[in-house]
Amino acid sequence: MAAIGSRSKLGDILWPVVAWTVALIFFFPIFWMVFTSFKTDADAVKPEFLFFFTPTLENYLNMTENYDYWRFAINSVITASFATIFALAVGVPAAYAMAFNPTKRTKDVLVWMLSTKMLPAAAVLYPMTYLTKNFLNIFDTHFLVILVLCLINLPIVIWMLFTYFKEIPKEIIEAGQMDGVNTWGEIKDILLPLAWGGLASTALLCFIFCWNEAYWTVRLTTTEAATLSKLIEGNRAPEGLFFGRLSAVSTAAVGPIVVLGWFCQKQLVQGLTFGAVK
Amino acid sequence: MKTLRNVALGMTLAVAGASVASATELTIAIVNNGHMINMQKVAEAYTAETGVELNWVSLEEGVLREQVTSDTATGGGQYDIINIGMQEAPIWGAAGWIEPLNFGAAYDIDDMLPAMRNGLSHNGTLYAAPFYGESSMVMYRKDLTDAAGVSVRNNDSWSNIKAAAAAIHNPDAGVYGACLRGKPGWGDNMAFITTVVNSFGGAWFDKDMRPTIDSVQWHDAINFYVDLLGNYGPPGSEGNSFNEILALYNEGKCGMWIDATIAASFLTVDGVAYAQSPNAGNPVGANWLWAWAMAVPAGSPNAEESKKFIEWATSKEYIKAVADHPEFGWGSVPTGTRASTYAYPEFQAAAGFAAAEMAAIESAAPGATDLKPYVGVQFAAIPEFPEVGSAVAQEMAAALSGAKSVADALAASQAAAEAIMSEAGYF
Repeated sequence: MAAIGSRSKLGDILWPVVAWTVALIFFFPIFWMVFTSFKTDADAVKPEFLFFFTPTLENYLNMTENYDYWRFAINSVITASFATIFALAVGVPAAYAMAFNPTKRTKDVLVWMLSTKMLPAAAVLYPMTYLTKNFLNIFDTHFLVILVLCLINLPIVIWMLFTYFKEIPKEIIEAGQMDGVNTWGEIKDILLPLAWGGLASTALLCFIFCWNEAYWTVRLTTTEAATLSKLIEGNRAPEGLFFGRLSAVSTAAVGPIVVLGWFCQKQLVQGLTFGAVK
Repeated sequence: MKTLRNVALGMTLAVAGASVASATELTIAIVNNGHMINMQKVAEAYTAETGVELNWVSLEEGVLREQVTSDTATGGGQYDIINIGMQEAPIWGAAGWIEPLNFGAAYDIDDMLPAMRNGLSHNGTLYAAPFYGESSMVMYRKDLTDAAGVSVRNNDSWSNIKAAAAAIHNPDAGVYGACLRGKPGWGDNMAFITTVVNSFGGAWFDKDMRPTIDSVQWHDAINFYVDLLGNYGPPGSEGNSFNEILALYNEGKCGMWIDATIAASFLTVDGVAYAQSPNAGNPVGANWLWAWAMAVPAGSPNAEESKKFIEWATSKEYIKAVADHPEFGWGSVPTGTRASTYAYPEFQAAAGFAAAEMAAIESAAPGATDLKPYVGVQFAAIPEFPEVGSAVAQEMAAALSGAKSVADALAASQAAAEAIMSEAGYF
């Protein structure tokens, strides 16, 4: 017993240390980006100013004055929000149907949906550009960006929701049916309250993926619907980088999503660990 | 649900609205550099005068190339004006991806420096107009060389450059003898390295366009480069390119810098003197030639308005407008494009580097020779060069950082270049 007790004490100290070390390693690049954003471009590349320097807001002022940050930020909010809403609007009924009324093809459908994520985006760049620009005339519109973000994240949304819904006993749904609740009522009044944590974490992850998406948002936009990804891309200068300026733009781009994640971390952790321990 | 319906309706209307955009709106894709950022402010006067609205889209160089090619391949229309360099202009012009440029007599095309005009033309037709041009030269701290009792001469020998760097190298005082590009990229470290190789008598390809990176000249040049920068350069040089070194130089950290002549217009430190690029005895010389230029992609629905804007933005009038702008002045005008710029007494007074820059541009030799059977100084004007250059750039950075020996890095570079050129069908 004594041996077990001392091992447990050692574990009490060791595991938090390991957890903190891993967390700090993951957090360090973000910390360094924020830190560098308060340096001038000159200080950012000087070894002696690694930690001690005179902080400046010059990069942030430059970003708002010369690069129209708010236009890109508003576009990011609009496209990521609506893409997430539409993905959930399609994903919830789809996952519900597959979780509670499966057919013998359900697994195949799920695997097929996931397999669409394996398609290299570059392979369809030209057809996408051609169709959206020349035929549909929706190139560089919020509609196109929302549609693309929604579709590329839909497989993950459906898979996540399907996993959460499968954890809910079918009997609860059947009890509702016995009481005469229709399908919409089953989803709204029974399923969603029970899977709230999973739904919140799915929505948050989908929003994060939409916010961070860079391949399509850079290539299918010009000015009207350009998001923060395009702003960051534009600050990569030829013949070297302006590290201070680039760090400020990157900080301002990831800032909102970090704050959102901070406030929603309870739901996120709850959702991600849903059904992990039975 | 009503809200969602309204949003969907709103978006549909927005889509419909987008299709009836004004004909006097030009979308300009630019690379992110100082002169282009300045142009956005100076061009406000153009909008006020003509009513033409200008939408600026800043893009990373690689993404810009990709977007322009995909736009052109799908009929064009995304951008009305694009920034391209001297590497692309003749190739894209020959391919019909960009429109030929013909300007009125007032533009005075004969005032454009011949090196720039030729470098941006194909078969005598101009396809892109330069908004700034550059060669390379030595920018050294004369106060430091004088104090150390050494001198730097025009077209100096590399051994003397190394001796001067060693004499002024004083890391304890935060001064490094030579700051040179080390960051991997065909337009980054390879721009400088190629000129060193050229000056040692080497070239990228032989007359059959087979890579010659494993030649004696490359070995000598790269060993010299690694030795010079490794011993007398700032720590972490493999991460430094133009902007990083500019920042270091202006903080007084560099005793000597061999780079683009355009850098001189951004130097703020005292005691700087200029000399023509060093050489190792090669008649081709070691100073590069480059221009950032503006072109009209084929398929632009506003081609005529776009050409008018380019005509203005690369004119004598534009240079004067920058000089007269309250935020800029003669020290900020884009240089290396027009002979008339160098004739202004105000410019000569503001730009101590003017004569050295002009001499460097005029002496650059981009044409094909027996020694270098392709067009271009610090690049080869072939479509495959960016891929070859980028692969070799990584190896050179590895050699500089010590992760690989020079011999191993050159062997790997040769293998990569052979694979790319072979796949492209050169041999």
